[in-house]
Amino acid sequence: MISFESVTKRFPDGTTAVDNLDLEVPEGDLTVLVGPSGCGKTTTLRMINRMIEATSGTIVVNGKDVATVDPPELRRGIGYVIQQIGLFPHRTIGENIATVPELTGWDKQRTRARVDELLELVGLPAEVRDRYPHQLSGGQRQRVGVARALAVDPPIMLMDEPFGAVDPIVRSRLQDEFLRLQQEVRKTIVFVTHDIDEAIKMGDRIAIFRQGGHLEQYAPPDELLAEPANDFVADFLGAERGLKRLALVPVSAVKAEPGPVVSPDDDGRRAVDEAETYGSDWVVVVDGDRRLLGWAYAAEAAERGRVGDAEILPFQLQVRADDSLRAALNAMVQSRTGVAVRVSDGDRYEGIVTLELLSKEIS
Amino acid sequence: MTDGPTPVLAAELIRWSWVGRHLDDIRDNLVQHVELTGLALLFGLLLAFPLALAAVQWPRLYGPILGFTGVLFTIPSLALFILLIPFTGLQIQTALIGLTIYTLLILVRNIVEGLRGVDNDVREAAEAMGFTRARQLFQVELPLALPVIIAGVRIATVTTIGLVTVTALIGWGGLGQLFIEGFTLNFSTPIIIGIVLSALLAFTADLLLVGLQNRLTPWARSSGR
Amino acid sequence: MTVINEVFTWLTDPAQWSGPDGIPVRTLQHLYYSLLATAIAAAIALPIGVFIGHTGRGALFAVNLTNLGRAIPSLGIIILMFTLVGFGIVPVLVALIALAVPPIVTNSYIGIRSVDRDVREAAEGMGMRGRQVLWQVELPVAMPLIMAGIRTSAVQVVATATLAAFVGLGGLGRYLIDGLSQRDLAQVVGGAILVAVLSLLTELVLGRVQALVVSPGVAGRAADAAVRAKVEKAA
Repeated sequence: MISFESVTKRFPDGTTAVDNLDLEVPEGDLTVLVGPSGCGKTTTLRMINRMIEATSGTIVVNGKDVATVDPPELRRGIGYVIQQIGLFPHRTIGENIATVPELTGWDKQRTRARVDELLELVGLPAEVRDRYPHQLSGGQRQRVGVARALAVDPPIMLMDEPFGAVDPIVRSRLQDEFLRLQQEVRKTIVFVTHDIDEAIKMGDRIAIFRQGGHLEQYAPPDELLAEPANDFVADFLGAERGLKRLALVPVSAVKAEPGPVVSPDDDGRRAVDEAETYGSDWVVVVDGDRRLLGWAYAAEAAERGRVGDAEILPFQLQVRADDSLRAALNAMVQSRTGVAVRVSDGDRYEGIVTLELLSKEIS
Repeated sequence: MTDGPTPVLAAELIRWSWVGRHLDDIRDNLVQHVELTGLALLFGLLLAFPLALAAVQWPRLYGPILGFTGVLFTIPSLALFILLIPFTGLQIQTALIGLTIYTLLILVRNIVEGLRGVDNDVREAAEAMGFTRARQLFQVELPLALPVIIAGVRIATVTTIGLVTVTALIGWGGLGQLFIEGFTLNFSTPIIIGIVLSALLAFTADLLLVGLQNRLTPWARSSGR
Repeated sequence: MTVINEVFTWLTDPAQWSGPDGIPVRTLQHLYYSLLATAIAAAIALPIGVFIGHTGRGALFAVNLTNLGRAIPSLGIIILMFTLVGFGIVPVLVALIALAVPPIVTNSYIGIRSVDRDVREAAEGMGMRGRQVLWQVELPVAMPLIMAGIRTSAVQVVATATLAAFVGLGGLGRYLIDGLSQRDLAQVVGGAILVAVLSLLTELVLGRVQALVVSPGVAGRAADAAVRAKVEKAA
């Protein structure tokens, strides 16, 4: 657990980087510090491991005031990942990862085993261990950076734009993998980024800072999006706050409507009835096993006599229970039906998600 | 010249009276020193440019040119001067040719590096805008290469000022003659004056060149090195 | 050309290769002065350059030292020391050390400084103390530039050690000085060639040492243009 008590950082030239900060970082959570340039987020991060010294106030890590601990000792128990990673160019990947274990006196065998374990954990092939940093790609180097920070299994990790130096595709993948990792290891992580979307994706709690080092709001992403504390936060969250919120809520949170359902063998008139009751001009078509076949216009089914004789159009996009409502919205706007259809893993029809249901959920 | 005379200790490092009496000679030596340096630099620069341009134009020449000049550099300066004697006698040409060769070595390298160091993007932009090769060279590449070139001129200048003293061993030497005099008279004063003056000369020249560099390249003011 | 013939004859004359005036003895003397001077210079200059690079204090001094060092006339120093101290190796050593120190200081300084900020940051962030950062990270990464400085100095020292002969010592410079006074061109040229060869050999040997001492991870990068540019400027 990390706590800031009235922490201020003022630089010699007079700028206040962090202004009277009170913050508690819960154990086992990923807390994101986010804000525009100059808001003090990186300074705040670096005060935790005393890379920067606070001007006033106290920072307590796991019950101890960091000012009372010898900095190198302190840092060996905290993982530190920076944007440019800072791998030692003169050491192999294996030697890089083994740095803190060696510093803390692990024996060679234990270190070797740990390095192998970590390489696998971050998704790197074993042969990378004897290569040098300049022989690796940016994404690979980023993974090594994470592995190196995890080497002695520190309970706390500090990460400063760790995925910033790679392209968006790689970054997204790294974020997903890291989240998966965090599920397993549940470390206390303080994560700095300037990208609000990354913050929302990664964070269990988000602290938004403003220029001058003021903490504006500190809350879980959902609460942040639903109730921004002030205009600054609302602006920083962006105009598409609603959509961002949708991205956080799973489809399962909304009770799907049964909708107008028919099977191919049904009479066309049945289709018309179903459609009328429901209030649409189309029906969902499923087979005997309730597997989704598509949709059709009720009127056309009535003309042809049998539902199966009408043209059955496919739903371009379908959503599952664990997809986000944003995906549902996306599916909705791409279908002439104007709704999103929800299916199970076996493509069994589960119901319809409508715009109304969506709005009700997030308003 | 083998067994030295009894050493003279620090009791009288500089006899100022001697200095006072020999001010004219010292001045003459200084002037000669400056002349030799100036001429060597001038000739060196004039010769280095075409060589450097050739090396940039035809990159395959660069390796050999660099290798050759590198080897020449390892020949001790004294040897080079002595070697020229049978060909050019004990005239001032000998000293000048030797000095010019050394200046040449340093300058060619720096001019080439300077030109090569110009961003390719800038070169492309110039070409795309319709610069002819010649105008591009003089209006774009050379100005941008100037910091590195002047760095080379600085090195060459200071090195040459030092080398001029060696030519004293073959009869010239500018301030180097003070060394010879001190040596033959077993007298430290001229030696110290010679060292101090040549160091001051080098220092001044360096400062002037830095000033020149700053005036010619206002866009690259801060670092320089 | 008869000069070339004469030189060739002189070089291949077995008499030259034996005795206290022979090439082997003189070469060893030459190497002795050079090695001693370079070693002492390195012992003085490396700590200074590294210290300035590591702490950042005195940077201006370190960067400009090489250029100012070039301004000191070695011949003058030798003669001055000889006049003050008399016959012996001291005058030569002082001059050669004065010659060798500046490039090593400057290059070591630049070498340490050119270690990426992020590498240093990561090292500190992981809990390395100042000294550990220096020895385990900065020095190994700065090795190519440090070695470049030592090589530059060594080659210059070997070439300048010829001046030792001027104040009565041995070394290959004897051939130059004696040849000059005896008007024996073959001897002069022969001597010059020998010194040049020795210089080149020094460069090559130290190049090999560098390859052994520098981590492959850094050498691979040292092909980087930026690093090369720094070496060129400092040399």
